[in-house]
Amino acid sequence: MRVNFTVNGRPQEADDVWEGESLLYVLRERLGLPGSKNACEQGECGSCTVRLDGVPVCSCLVAAGQVEGRDVVTVEGLADHARQRAVRDRCKTVSHGAPAASGPSLDEARVRQAEGSDSQAGEGGELAPIQQAFIDAGAVQCGFCTPGLLVAADEMLEHNPTPTDADIREALSGNLCRCTGYEKIMDAVRLAAARQGEAV
Amino acid sequence: MDFLRPASWEEALAAKAEHPTAVPIAGGTDVMVEINFDHRRPEYLLDLNRVGDLYEWEVGEEAVRLGASVPYSRIMENLRAELPGLALASHTVASPQIRNRGGVGGNLGTASPAGDAHPALLAAGAEVEAESVRGSRRIPIDAFYTGVKRNALAPDELIRAVHVKKADGPQQYSKVGTRNAMVIAVCAFGLALHPETRTVRTGIGSAAPTPVRARTAEEFLDAALEEDGFWDNGKVITPSVAKQFADLCAAACNPIDDVRGTASYRRHAVGVMARRTLSWTWESYRGARRASKGAA
Repeated sequence: MRVNFTVNGRPQEADDVWEGESLLYVLRERLGLPGSKNACEQGECGSCTVRLDGVPVCSCLVAAGQVEGRDVVTVEGLADHARQRAVRDRCKTVSHGAPAASGPSLDEARVRQAEGSDSQAGEGGELAPIQQAFIDAGAVQCGFCTPGLLVAADEMLEHNPTPTDADIREALSGNLCRCTGYEKIMDAVRLAAARQGEAV
Repeated sequence: MDFLRPASWEEALAAKAEHPTAVPIAGGTDVMVEINFDHRRPEYLLDLNRVGDLYEWEVGEEAVRLGASVPYSRIMENLRAELPGLALASHTVASPQIRNRGGVGGNLGTASPAGDAHPALLAAGAEVEAESVRGSRRIPIDAFYTGVKRNALAPDELIRAVHVKKADGPQQYSKVGTRNAMVIAVCAFGLALHPETRTVRTGIGSAAPTPVRARTAEEFLDAALEEDGFWDNGKVITPSVAKQFADLCAAACNPIDDVRGTASYRRHAVGVMARRTLSWTWESYRGARRASKGAA
């Protein structure tokens, strides 16, 4: 079967998809996006977390056919996603909260143009603030859980810019780190939240 | 395998009638695990994600009509006042990622004794709205679970919604597991006080072949509360009554030993949860009584 959907802002078409295949398999094996990790395949570990129409989900538990026509953001698109969000927020502040016009604004268009030729693989570009915070806080050990944690943490900060420790633990409770570096991960999310607060 | 993508409820019913072996998939949090692990190779997958009204809920006079696919995260956010027991149970489901996808329809369809929603539905009182091309019917929750991972649905039926009675008193939910997140219940317990009818209802999860109510315990407690005028005088429930209630709840279990826990541990834990949830809900009932008296 063929599946058409949007990944990190770009239309994608996957062919010869097996009907029982997961979104995770399509991303990794058919679209060349190995950032989402394949570990437990049963929704226990959160390593494969992506945003599906904005909502964090385990991509191993979404059937490929279910994403037809929908919008997916993976860790490879996190930097772009964060940048566009920042521009949107800035526009909102400038226009004093007036509802955003439909379609991309001039600023957004400039950002898109500046993205360069291949942001698809997430290489060579800038990092999302949450990614930089993970590096600065030393929150990456073996790195296998990191992509899922980044997507989950970024989504939480989008809705909750000033999280308590309990909020962070709750938001990341579906992501396992077997190096058990949870304290540094907590530090990283607090750091990203603090920097986000300063930027406003 | 064939992937069926009905765009509407009518199309979904027609597809299920044509292919009764089709496995419905909504959140996918049960079905995809079985497919990923090669435990199941259904001939047809029936995707319900595009049937929009399964994601809606309506708060009525007496009950909430909860669409089968309303994710647990939405129940937690939006129905805490109307369905406090189910909202608490929803919060114990797995992780945020899973709660964003899974819903009560899946819990009912899978009908695992460990499904987190079941004890809350049993305690609140609920009816499952099942439909096929032959028509629609309401199945009382007490008659829905028919065996281990078996339910009362006919092969051509789909779950459209569940009608859960709105809380008329305090409700509680308790679950035993090795950690807070990502836990399949070792056992679970739901309790609802119904001051309007002066009854108490319970639900036990993961401690019998199906989710069950502790009916003998409910009858004992209803009688004990009535006899000493507890609903009116709002006194603290005597420890001997609470203990007897807990023992009867434990006796309602018919558990097995498995990797998550032993039968005797489950029986013991259900007793403890019964006593605790009774004391939490009763304290809250007494508090509400005092507050309304103070206001009068």
